[in-house]
Amino acid sequence: MRMMVFVKATEDSEKGVMPTTELLDAMMKYNEELVKAGIMVGGDGLKPSSAGKRVAFDGPGRTVIDGPFAETRELVAGYWLWEVKDMDEAVEWVKRCPNPMFGPSEIEIRPFFEMEDFAEIVTPEIAEREARLRAETEGR
Amino acid sequence: MAATDIQRTIETVFRIEQPRLIAGLARMLRDMGRAEELAQDALLVALAEWPARGVPDNPGAWLMAAAKRRAIDGLRRDKMRARKHEEIGRDLETARDTSVEDMEAAMDDDVGDELLGLIFTACHPVLSPDARAALTLRLIGGLGTDEIARAFLTSEPTIAQRIVRAKKTIGQAGLTFEVPRGSERAGRLASVLEVIYLIFNEGYAATRGEDLVRPALCDEARRLGRILAGLAPEEPEVHGLLALMEIQSSRLAARTARDGSFVPLPEQNRARWDHGMIARGLAALDRAEALGGADGPYALQAALAACHARALTPEATDWPRIAGLYDRLRTLLPSPVVDLNRAVAHSMAFGPEAGLAIADQLAEAAMLRNYAPLPAARGDFLFRAGRLEEARAEFVRAASLTRNEGERRFLLGRAEACGPAAMP
Repeated sequence: MRMMVFVKATEDSEKGVMPTTELLDAMMKYNEELVKAGIMVGGDGLKPSSAGKRVAFDGPGRTVIDGPFAETRELVAGYWLWEVKDMDEAVEWVKRCPNPMFGPSEIEIRPFFEMEDFAEIVTPEIAEREARLRAETEGR
Repeated sequence: MAATDIQRTIETVFRIEQPRLIAGLARMLRDMGRAEELAQDALLVALAEWPARGVPDNPGAWLMAAAKRRAIDGLRRDKMRARKHEEIGRDLETARDTSVEDMEAAMDDDVGDELLGLIFTACHPVLSPDARAALTLRLIGGLGTDEIARAFLTSEPTIAQRIVRAKKTIGQAGLTFEVPRGSERAGRLASVLEVIYLIFNEGYAATRGEDLVRPALCDEARRLGRILAGLAPEEPEVHGLLALMEIQSSRLAARTARDGSFVPLPEQNRARWDHGMIARGLAALDRAEALGGADGPYALQAALAACHARALTPEATDWPRIAGLYDRLRTLLPSPVVDLNRAVAHSMAFGPEAGLAIADQLAEAAMLRNYAPLPAARGDFLFRAGRLEEARAEFVRAASLTRNEGERRFLLGRAEACGPAAMP
């Protein structure tokens, strides 16, 4: 199962406070563990939301909003992409992560949609519609 | 935490720790079976103690300490005190008093090496490839015998027996669980890579049954490949194999139609390829080549797969480059199967007659006598050359040889497309 693992932002990370060498060191060790366990597929850190932009959609309208954004705890400061056997395994690995921030912080785990999930969504109406569409195209 | 929750947590922690635990114990005791038993004992101790006191900060070191205590108790009870046992016992006695922190530090230093040693031992050439695969999935992948049996479409007792016999062979051969060095290393590494690729292929090209792919085995093989790349990052062929598996896996979703039938490469919807996997595969291939491994057999095959992965449409495929890569691969892995693929590549690069010329030389190869892809490829060359009657016969023959139901349907469909059979 592929998991997106989000390191959530804090006031410090949003202010651009850099981690200490000790924390960087601990994080590097942790990342090495992830690699040796064969679950690490990718990941990176993100700049504070002050460097980001949002595009708001409303019908045909598009509005560009400059960062920084409020609701700090809902923002993302970094992410990993993991391949694990199940959610339990992902939770255990997250527990082993050093606290990535100075104060209290959160890490969120979200499974990707996989092939099987789409198989359910695709059947039966969409499949039928697609088959009809294909028949029409080929009949031309 | 509810009792069932903590039990699940403990089992998950154990699943994560098990390979290193067995690796450490096996190296120490030179006995794979005993190492596995002790690891199981440690799990029982954890299940008894952790619900009350919580999961320890370093569960790996804790489990190792528990297993070592059991090992000492076992040795004490053991009446046959062979010299070897005494020595190990003494080592363990001294280890016993060290604190968990010391042990943890020692594990950090050694753990990669021990795990790598276990992988090399489980994949030792004294074992048959099937036995190596079962043992590797059991010990490194942490799969149960039931899961392995299901993956290999065989019975659980067969797998269990295969594993028991493999452990016995390892014991009798007196393997040391060390990482091979020097001149021995290359051959032993090839044996490890062969097993991982065998597991991958068992998942990717399931030769029997209804399922064209059993993705779980592909996932497992890629994970093993990544573990190996993490433990031996200096080996170009490890990255080559990982690249090959990533790029091939990227097509898993696209190569099976909704009705379960097989979709050949040129007809696959390339938007359904997993482009994240392709990117990772290409990056791994770059690493293999940067380490000087461009001409390794896996790197070459990955380079071939990469030619397809880079083409946004089938027409954009660089067939002359593929034909050239096959020319190189066949000097490295001389096999009729490689030659057959080479024939396909040459037919695409230089026309169906070029493919037929190579395929005709292969018709005599005993290994390919009942090999469905040969008549399937010949059928395709003949079809493209406009020789429909001959093409039809080849497709029918290929369909009669394949063991995969989806592939059989596909080949019969191609036979039909050649027009009706001539009346005898």
